[in-house]
Amino acid sequence: MVQNGKLELTFISTLVNNIKKDKMKTTKYKYIKATLLLLLALSITSCERELSDKAEFATYGTTGNIFIDAPVGLTDQFFVSFDPAGGANTEGFGTDESVTYQGASAIRIDVPAGDDFNGGFIGGIFVDRGTGRNLTGYDALTFWAKGSTTATIGLVGFGTDFIEDKYAVGLENIKLSTDWRKYTIPIPDASKLIQEKGMFIFSAGGIGAFPEMGYTFWMDELKFEKLGTLGQPQPAMANKEDKVETKFLGDQFSMADYGLTQTFNLASGINQTVTAAPSYFSFTSSDIEVARVSDAGIVSLVGSGAAKITASIAGVAVAGSLTINVAGAFPVAPTPSLAASNVISIFSDAYTDEAVDFYNGFWLPFQTTLGGETTIDGQSVLNYTNFNFVGTQLTTPIDISEMTHLSIDILMPEVLPTDIDMLVQLKSDNTDPNTFQQQRIGGQTYAWDPRTGDVNDTESNATFETGGVWKTIKIPIRPTSETGLDKTTVNLIIIENIKNSNVTEFHIDNLYFYKE
Amino acid sequence: MDKKNKKSMRMTTILLKTFSLVGLLIAFSCTPDETQVVTEFQDLVFYDEFDTDGLINPDIWGLSDGTGTDGWGNNELQYYTDRTENASVRKGILTIKAVEEDFSGAAYTSARLSTKGLKEQKYGRFEARIKLPTGQGIWPAFWLLGANNGDGTNGTEIWPNSGEIDIMEYRGQAPTIIHGSLHGPGYSAANPITKSYALENDRFDNDFHIFGIEWTASYINYYVDDVLYNQITREQVEEKGVWVFDQPFFIMINLAVGGDFVGAPNNETVFPQTMLVDYVKVYKK
Repeated sequence: MVQNGKLELTFISTLVNNIKKDKMKTTKYKYIKATLLLLLALSITSCERELSDKAEFATYGTTGNIFIDAPVGLTDQFFVSFDPAGGANTEGFGTDESVTYQGASAIRIDVPAGDDFNGGFIGGIFVDRGTGRNLTGYDALTFWAKGSTTATIGLVGFGTDFIEDKYAVGLENIKLSTDWRKYTIPIPDASKLIQEKGMFIFSAGGIGAFPEMGYTFWMDELKFEKLGTLGQPQPAMANKEDKVETKFLGDQFSMADYGLTQTFNLASGINQTVTAAPSYFSFTSSDIEVARVSDAGIVSLVGSGAAKITASIAGVAVAGSLTINVAGAFPVAPTPSLAASNVISIFSDAYTDEAVDFYNGFWLPFQTTLGGETTIDGQSVLNYTNFNFVGTQLTTPIDISEMTHLSIDILMPEVLPTDIDMLVQLKSDNTDPNTFQQQRIGGQTYAWDPRTGDVNDTESNATFETGGVWKTIKIPIRPTSETGLDKTTVNLIIIENIKNSNVTEFHIDNLYFYKE
Repeated sequence: MDKKNKKSMRMTTILLKTFSLVGLLIAFSCTPDETQVVTEFQDLVFYDEFDTDGLINPDIWGLSDGTGTDGWGNNELQYYTDRTENASVRKGILTIKAVEEDFSGAAYTSARLSTKGLKEQKYGRFEARIKLPTGQGIWPAFWLLGANNGDGTNGTEIWPNSGEIDIMEYRGQAPTIIHGSLHGPGYSAANPITKSYALENDRFDNDFHIFGIEWTASYINYYVDDVLYNQITREQVEEKGVWVFDQPFFIMINLAVGGDFVGAPNNETVFPQTMLVDYVKVYKK
């Protein structure tokens, strides 16, 4: 799920909730006043409470329309793009009066080529301009779309407002035809959507391998509908499996990492599966002295032992479960001993870190990695789950010309994955995309690419002998003549899972450059 | 529901007397309208509300056993059994259950109930209240077969000469649509006289719906709940072949798996699937 699993958001949502409560209070007072006036005028008795409650309920509109021939009740900017720093192209969004499914206008989206200098993909959200809408009377978001060519849109959905993303829903990889076709995104449980602001989300990249080819697609008649023809809900987690994992005491993670989905059968007989935010689900832990799950689906491991987490949506049991074996305390990462003057630190408690934009860019549409900075048992670490690749971006490019090594402490899970094979890449922000240094880690010894570095260097191409133990990896910074990397403007550190090795989760600490 | 139907029919009888010509014209356009030709069938001949737990009334129903020839002529995949695993009565509901299991060479078991030799009737109103199952390759049906159906000897007739009235057929992969059809000489198998009916803003596997016909010497009316969605007249039938619906028919209720009409189940088809029957009622004039 996009943007999910960011634990730090909990604070923001608490804040928002408080603001909301205050607003509601004010509103209520107003209505009580109005009611009193009404009482005097009409001499009605005994219905004060009833009236004020009704009035309060009516503050959230129930409009289902989002874009018919123009935006309906959306914010003035209409389209709120994903962060351009993450590669989102903000130029390709608009409307079209000549190509429409129905009526005077349709949304037109020009998906950029992968190497477009304005950004290699396009995506963002539509937000309700008011306080949010009551969507409990609908069962699906629908729209018509067609492409300039057959292509696949990575993500469409709703419930993302860039604030809470509490009820985010995503339908992935929809296939476009060159003729208009209707798409249906079921609401996992409409009774939850009493005040939703996130009206629509989409994300689309080009066609084929890098640099992907751009294309255009159109969307029309975008609205929430009561179809009545959805049936047979089949909610699921963890691919309907009974998953068992070992984790550390004090760890915290989101159930969003465990493939939460809802499936409805459509009138066409197709089973439509959407990813659904944890807040749609009701979770149960078999032992709350071991694992506790919040309403937002955040699991806290509070004691040793085993706990099985099961769930339901609107009374329907979720297929699949997650059993957590909590083994012991989180191991403490090594403390770096080098003098600060010889270090440029990216993430460490021992040094002053360089400012970063993020430790996880959530790069849509291809990144699956969740997580980022988190605190486990008082230790600040980076925790990555659902890993395929992840990047850390520095706010200001740094000069590492003087540095001889990049040091990373990595903690693999207690149950060590087989065939660990990862790639660490350093990139600068002003050279062409093909000049970078990369280093394979994980002990695999076959050749990969001339820029990969020496696979026989035991300190950089480290072998992980045991899980649950911190391993320090020292990657030599190699001459620009070998790698093409401009060492004066390094701004990106990317870690990739190559050859689909079995690594899905790991922790990082003490990420820094140093000179010997 | 029942009362409502009766009421609307009484009304239409009055209308029929006054505007019979208009009514006929509208009926041919197949619009669900109260001015359609409707005959009064109010005399309840027999019914089963499945009110006795555990018992499928042997005075009304017989259960099929086996796979027939070529999967009952349609390459169906199920084995029909008379076990309670496949057909049972509980709390006022007849449950017919399609189960995925190896059974005498078949990959699925299910059940088929028939009133053959027990309850047979010429003309009348036949209706049942049913909640349908779901999924690719699931094929429930509520239908009538000519009581003279047989091998052509001893006064019997070979299908389709014996006639078939399909009150409701449904493909589990199209959960909003049912089909009402007539099979007879000149219009059978893949070429019946048929019409489909689609629910608006609802589907047949979410709740119970009433499926019925009203059958006279001159036409057969098809309805779902209180909507009359088709009329097939004797004249229409005789344009294609022979009207073979002037003799007693018996009732069949079954839940098939696979077969030519629906295709095989796929890996998304959930088993078991259940067809729930609240009641079956038969009226005459």
